[in-house]
Amino acid sequence: MPVPSAYEPAGTGPVRRARSAFTIRLWAVRHAGFLEKVYTLLADLFLGLHPLWKAVGYQRVEKPVVLVERTVKAFVFDCRMCGECALSKTGMSCPMNCPKGLRNGPCGGVRANGNCEVEPDMPCVWVEGWQGSRQMAGGEAIHTVQPPVDHSLRGTSSWLRVTARAAAARDAANSEEAAP
Amino acid sequence: MTPHLDSDPRDPGAPLPPLPGHTSRGRLERVLRRGEFAVTAELNPPDSADPNDVYERAAVFEGWVDGINATDGSGANCHMSSVGICALLTRIGYAPVMQISCRDHNRIAIQGNVLGAAAMGVANILCLSGDGVQNGDQPDAKPVFDLDSISLLQTLRTMRDEQRFLSGRAITTPPAVFLGGAINPFAPPYDYRPFRLAKKIAAGAQFVQSQYCYDIPLLERYMARVRDLGLHEKCFILIGVGPLASARAARWMRSNVPGVHIPDGIIKRLEGAEKQKAEGKKICVELIQQVREIAGVSGVHVMAYRQEEFVAEIVHDSGILKERQPWRREANPSLAATEGAVAQVGERVVLDQAAAEAAVEA
Repeated sequence: MPVPSAYEPAGTGPVRRARSAFTIRLWAVRHAGFLEKVYTLLADLFLGLHPLWKAVGYQRVEKPVVLVERTVKAFVFDCRMCGECALSKTGMSCPMNCPKGLRNGPCGGVRANGNCEVEPDMPCVWVEGWQGSRQMAGGEAIHTVQPPVDHSLRGTSSWLRVTARAAAARDAANSEEAAP
Repeated sequence: MTPHLDSDPRDPGAPLPPLPGHTSRGRLERVLRRGEFAVTAELNPPDSADPNDVYERAAVFEGWVDGINATDGSGANCHMSSVGICALLTRIGYAPVMQISCRDHNRIAIQGNVLGAAAMGVANILCLSGDGVQNGDQPDAKPVFDLDSISLLQTLRTMRDEQRFLSGRAITTPPAVFLGGAINPFAPPYDYRPFRLAKKIAAGAQFVQSQYCYDIPLLERYMARVRDLGLHEKCFILIGVGPLASARAARWMRSNVPGVHIPDGIIKRLEGAEKQKAEGKKICVELIQQVREIAGVSGVHVMAYRQEEFVAEIVHDSGILKERQPWRREANPSLAATEGAVAQVGERVVLDQAAAEAAVEA
């Protein structure tokens, strides 16, 4: 048996965190509808700036954008920078905070009080997410099956990826219209 | 004696002839699609490398169940692997349900194991997320969780129906498996649980087995919602049941096994009984009979942890099989072939012991 000492590092043994550790994340879920609108505005802004990203080079802007994205999303959602942000489909409750990293809904171990099986003091990420999704215009997205996360994208910018994809889709649609 | 409907008399371990509308060549899918009330049971995996431990534990279910679940490190405790148990069981004709938990394997390992298991004759796979590592005997292990239960279902369906791995690379012979998932109607968020079943079905679940049911009104509410969504027509629903050994055991389970909900009424009834173990069995039989009456339920999954020898009695007393006799080895005309298989696995025969020892010394 290990001898108890003055230093017990966080994250070992049964994980206990005070509920205050989740205050901002829980606020975000309660205001999922509002954050959804903010996100839509932000996505449009980023898409509008596509020519700028392209001129500077997506590769070159990645580092500063990641710095901003990480800081903002870590503060609001306890983001883990998985690189494939699914917040719009999970009721604004980041699924990577689930100790099992479940991206398709709650496991069967949720406690009767709605807390996590693994972290007894943490409200289940998916119990929260289900509540959050009920406030969102696009809340039904919680019912779509999410593919497994691409672990090679860890630490990269989800914002830039979404923007580049949206721009490519827009360009493709435009060229199709112009073609005939 | 006429051979069993769901068995090849020449080789009880061989896959059955394919049937239209069936994805697997196993007995469980046949029983369910015929509209019979199916019974499955859970095998307590041994902490041993002796195949006979597996055969002994499976033999108590013989003739009473349509499938035997081989757990994959349940409760995050280390035991013989589910793929190993299944390989042993299929050798002598049993119909295992191989459980896969996402906790211990990444997507590369899982897809490889599924091909191996299907090659060994495994026809049913149950896709689970898995308990967290801190519940088990090795809380210092690295939790993998590369996939979750739903993306696992989707991955296996892709392998079976599209003949390709998750990467897109082709599979020459796909695994013909009957895909299952787990449901827990007894854990929050209760109003979301039916939608979660819908999501599992969308990802490929053809049958589901539930967590222990001790609360019939809660199950009835869940099933009413499931019927509203028409899910019972797209998926076979098996409800988990199990005998409680005593009031103390029930309290322990409630506070230590994740996702188990036992109402106070059940515990009070056990406490009030003279013989708690017998009362536990009686409660289980009554629960099965009540579950049987709920529209949309296709069977029961009996989890009698450390009381496996009572499964036969419980199934018998509940009367759910009616006239039906699930497959058993004894009913097989070519008994000699199966006995041979057990004996072969049981004893490692070195043909020339002296020559082998001499070779080592030389």
